[in-house]
This record gives sequence, structure tokens and C-alpha cells, in this order.
Amino acid sequence: MSEPPADTSPSPDAEFEAPIRVVLAKLGLDGHDRGLKVVARTLRDAGMEVIYLGLRQTTDSIVAACEQEDADVIGLSMHNAGHLTLAPRMLQAVDQAGLDVPVVIGGIVPADDVSTLIDSGVAAVIGPGTSAEEVVSAVKAAVDRQPDAQ
Amino acid sequence: MMSRDPLDELFETARGGNRRALGKLLTMVEKRGETAAMVSERAHNHAGHARVVGVTGAPGTGKSTITGRLASVSGASRPAILAIDPSSPLTGGAILGDRIRMDNHVSSSAFIRSMATRGHAGGLAVAVPDAIRVLDAAGCDPIIVETVGVGQVEVSIAAAADTTVVVVTPGWGDAVQANKAGLLEVADVFVVNKADRPDARGARRDLELMLDLGHRGGWRAPIVLTTATEGEGIDGLWDEIERHTAHLHDSGDLARRRCRRRRDEVADRIELSLRDQVDQMIQSESGEVVLSRVDRQELSPAAAAEFLLAELKSHNPLEG
Repeated sequence: MSEPPADTSPSPDAEFEAPIRVVLAKLGLDGHDRGLKVVARTLRDAGMEVIYLGLRQTTDSIVAACEQEDADVIGLSMHNAGHLTLAPRMLQAVDQAGLDVPVVIGGIVPADDVSTLIDSGVAAVIGPGTSAEEVVSAVKAAVDRQPDAQ
Repeated sequence: MMSRDPLDELFETARGGNRRALGKLLTMVEKRGETAAMVSERAHNHAGHARVVGVTGAPGTGKSTITGRLASVSGASRPAILAIDPSSPLTGGAILGDRIRMDNHVSSSAFIRSMATRGHAGGLAVAVPDAIRVLDAAGCDPIIVETVGVGQVEVSIAAAADTTVVVVTPGWGDAVQANKAGLLEVADVFVVNKADRPDARGARRDLELMLDLGHRGGWRAPIVLTTATEGEGIDGLWDEIERHTAHLHDSGDLARRRCRRRRDEVADRIELSLRDQVDQMIQSESGEVVLSRVDRQELSPAAAAEFLLAELKSHNPLEG
């Protein structure tokens, strides 16, 4: 037992495996934030750091938060039927800022619109009835697909 | 032409006002390890200019709103906010919700970073000074650090500022509670927020009484009444912070405080490293052998700790 322990745990100076940092927000005039709060809790319980911006954000305020917080992914909740307008604008704003941050959308998106959103560059669309595990794995997958993912 | 060091370049970009570069640097110091040490070292060479203000108090007293307002009234061109929230001890995740209390009041020139405590609190005691150093080196000033005033470490982090603001609200409890909380000793400026509520004056009176009892000359913490959501009293609060800053300069306390801060950080860093070694030992095979004997009650926790400590020391030449 006096042998030095041969273990596989990281050395004291090893880097943390940093938690995924996710910015959660609702864009524009859309007051239904209960879903977003549930998702915030779900992602926190999955070990992520959730930067909660909440209601009435703009594409600019979300991009600014992403830059300052060095976020890995944006989660947008949409219940105002504006997704076909707002989601592409969000993607454009992210792109213009030169960020490599995927955008995941949750909320009410008609089935017909899902493929339109995916085609426009949204990483995933998560609708009602999605389990907590599916939400977590969709966010993780979106982060993993990024070119500079660790 | 020598090729530029990427880290130097990142610092230079951050100093030029690029938020993304600054965001990346902060991520690096948060991760700990070698990269963090390199970033910290470089930041050290450029830091020491910014004013650091700590804001602490019980949950729900309005710290975030006050912090956001302060950044605006400071009139500074590049204020920064470090908002610290606890990580869940069970999952390691965190909900960082301070921004929503700030965004509406803060000018777009402010840099806001949310930070989770991540793991044991000792890590925070190292990551926060590093983050302050990086913000400082990037040219941010003032740097306002907001922490929840519960727990020794959180309080001590806010207290490790040049000026520490302690926020209370009417009905927060009488003077005895204030003493218990351990917040009184660290305050350079008191805020009674939500002053539009009944008995704000009562809260001020309680604080005055406490200060009368404990005051021993030198700086006496002023008490400012604010209604942060309306922005009332924030100018007055900033004036008091400035007055304290002037006092620090005139009395020579600033240098003393900063010396103490640096000394404390050395101890904190050693402690963190030792703590990592302890964690490693506990999780190692030989640690598990000892711990399972504790499980079976063949060994008392005290005896097991003594044994493992001896083991740890035998691998550590410094301890001799």
C-alpha cells in the first residue's frame, strides 16, 4: 500500500473539462417563457452552464452575450410563429459577428417548417413532447458538430 | 519577422476592445491548468490599473440591478462586471441569471461575464483573481465583482476588492442577524436597497447602531439608500465609492489591501493544488482500499485521514 497510487485521474494541473456554456433566450415579442425555464433547468441538471437571458432579446443582445460569455451554443425558444423570420436573422447575426455558435430552436414550430429551418442552418429543432434526454443530446450534438469543438 | 505568440495576439486584440478575444481569455483562466497559468502570468504584467469594486449581500437584495446601474453611472468608457453564481454541487451545472437584471440598465460599452463556481469553492478563490487580472490587462475599469453573500468564500471574494459594497433590504433582520452573517466586517459602503419599501429607515438605523458599536476610527462605512430598479440613489452610491477610493489612496490603505490580496492568493493557490492532490489520493486505488475499511468500520475516519495524509506527505518532498 506504500506504492504510489497508479490511478487514471488527471494530474492537479490538468485542465478541467469545461462545461458546455449555453445562452438561452427568447427573441422579440414573445412572452411564453415557461418552456425556456424548463429547458434551463434541464440543461443545468445535465451539467451545463446556462446563461439565461430570458424575454425580449434582440439578435444583437444575444450575439453580444455570446461574445462576452464565450458561449458554445445558442438556444432560442419560439412561440410567436415568427420562427421563419427570426431564426434566419439570428443565424445571419451570428454569422456577421464571425461566431461559430450553433443555434438550436425549441418551442412551437409546425412540422412543415422544421426542414426549412434546418436547411437555413439551424442545428436542431426541438418540439413539444421532447424528453429531457433528447433536449440534452440535441444540444450536445450541435456543439460537437462545430468545427472548433474541443 | 518573428512569428507572433497567439496568446500575446489575443491579449492585444482584447486590449483593443475586442469582446470575443476577451471572452476567450476568460474561458482559458476558468479552465485552470497550464493554459490558465500562462494567461494569468501574461495578464499579471499588464494589470494593476483598474479599480475593483465588490458587491455582495443576501440573495434577492438587488445586487445585480445595483451592479448594472453602477457600471452605467461610473461614467467609465469600459466598465466590466464579473457576476458569480453557484454551480450545482450535484451536477456541476449552473443557471447564470444575473445578466437579465443588468442588460436593461447597462450601457453597451460594459463587458459582462457570468461565472459559475465550478467544483469546490477553492477553485473560485483562484479563478476570480485571474479573471479580474485579465479584465484589468484588457483595459477594463472599473471591474465590479458580484457574489452572493452566503458562505465564507463568496463573501471573501467580494471582500477582496478595493471597495466592498454590502447590500441589505428593509426587513432583512435586526442587528444581531447582521453580526451573524459576517457581512458587517467586510463592508466599506452599505446599501439599503428597495428603499421604497416600509422601514428602510429602520434598516438604516440598525446599521448605524451596529457601526456605532464597532467603529474604531478610520473609515466609517457610509449607508446609502437606493431603489435600484428606478435608479434612485445610485449616483450617491457611486459618489461614496469614489470617496472611499480617495480615502484608500490618501491613507495608503490601497497598497496594503492589494498586498494582502496578493498574499491571500498565494495561499489560496497552494490550498487549491493541495486540495487537488487530496481528491486524487481519495480517488486512487490505495485511497479506495483505505476508504472501504472506513466503510466496514475497521478504521475510524480520523485514523484513515492520518494514514492517507502520511502517504501524501511521503510523495511530497516539500513537506520533508
